[in-house]
Amino acid sequence: MLPENVSIAPAGVAEPLGWSPLQIAIRAYEDLAEGQYVNLGIGLPTMILAAAQRGSKEVIFHSENGILGLRDIHGEGERDPDLIDAGKNPVALVAGGSFFSHAESFAMIRGGHLDVAVLGAYEVTVAGHLANWSSEQARPSGIAPTSVPAVGGAVDLAANARSVFVLMKNVERGDGLRLTSESALPLTGRRCVTRVYANLGVFRPTGSAFLVEELADGVTRDYLVARFAANRVLVEFAN
Amino acid sequence: MIDKQWSSFADAVADVFPGARILVSGFGDAGLPFGLLHALATTGVSGLTVVSNNAGTGDDGIEELIRNRQVAKLICSYPRSVDPNWFEKRYLEGSIELELVPQGTLSERIRAGGAGIAAFYVRTGVGTDFAAGKETREFHGHDWLLEQAIVADFALVRAYRCDRWGNATYRKSARNFGPTMVAAAKVSIVEAEEIVPLGTLDPEEIVTPGIYVDRVVVDAA
Repeated sequence: MLPENVSIAPAGVAEPLGWSPLQIAIRAYEDLAEGQYVNLGIGLPTMILAAAQRGSKEVIFHSENGILGLRDIHGEGERDPDLIDAGKNPVALVAGGSFFSHAESFAMIRGGHLDVAVLGAYEVTVAGHLANWSSEQARPSGIAPTSVPAVGGAVDLAANARSVFVLMKNVERGDGLRLTSESALPLTGRRCVTRVYANLGVFRPTGSAFLVEELADGVTRDYLVARFAANRVLVEFAN
Repeated sequence: MIDKQWSSFADAVADVFPGARILVSGFGDAGLPFGLLHALATTGVSGLTVVSNNAGTGDDGIEELIRNRQVAKLICSYPRSVDPNWFEKRYLEGSIELELVPQGTLSERIRAGGAGIAAFYVRTGVGTDFAAGKETREFHGHDWLLEQAIVADFALVRAYRCDRWGNATYRKSARNFGPTMVAAAKVSIVEAEEIVPLGTLDPEEIVTPGIYVDRVVVDAA
């Protein structure tokens, strides 16, 4: 039931439909309010710094490795091996920024002081479950692993930030979707995702469906309905 | 006169024994005590349990110990690396054990170890694989997981400026696990970028009071 002019190419083969990664980050940044303390995860979420560069709000960014007030570096001259973000990339500090230990950083997170955590994801379910640390399904015991698991601070952030924004470069994965009814992947957290900002638009998990709050440029309602129906994922529209 | 300065990395790690549990500071390369780790690799001591946020990349740091098969177990939050690393090779061949711990739970388990707290409850990991085998208890209408403290035989920590009492400061995000780890080991060894005379460090700026530090070695490189 897909429109004839839409091809479903495997991820990585064709450019994802809709918003670019920077457009996704800019759209998520619009929903951050002046004065909020916002943790940025690794990968796509760090593009929020580029979005913030264009904005004028005082949003204070947190990095799990003990930084409040990070910003993008302005040129190679600012590169300092002792000043890196959660993804180990060089960053700089705004006036008013501060450094603290990991213990303090995660006390801050667990204590509920972060307004928003912005994370990447492999899958988000209609219930708001997040899977973002392992793309390997549970392995029967006795079977040797084929990749190295790594979790970082995602589980801490998912469980303790006041809200969790997920940024997703491409909802479509071959014929499948990364917005799902159920996830077979190891979970990062349950019922923790507030909103998903993705190439196809802005989605809110409601418990039984994804409420489409906004469609990305070039994405039609018909396309989305057909694409999600083909994967048995419910979508609802705000208006 | 108290003088915690040691003359070389090699001397400072010479008593690390087979099977010892070692805390290693650092997040990526920031705050990693490369000098102490290289000296430890040179001793050849093995069967170690290393507690650190990352496994490293390349051929130095913790990777040198893993390459040399000196590490039996790694307790870690993020052992994966963009580039192939020795940990990946050892893990996939089944010759190293991994205990994967969410990062904030890892730092708090170490903090608890240094602060005389046996165990504590967190919401982190409830309803996930990280809850396996742990007590779950309800407080204030939520489920919490019981997590146990980590203590160690040695801590290897990179700092910025130190004095002969072991008072230490750190640089930017290289602080990370350092101040927490020095408190949680029987013997804490600090690799300092610079040693300054006692009284030079502003008491308001000292992040690690010397009470936690046993040995200080300046990085002459």
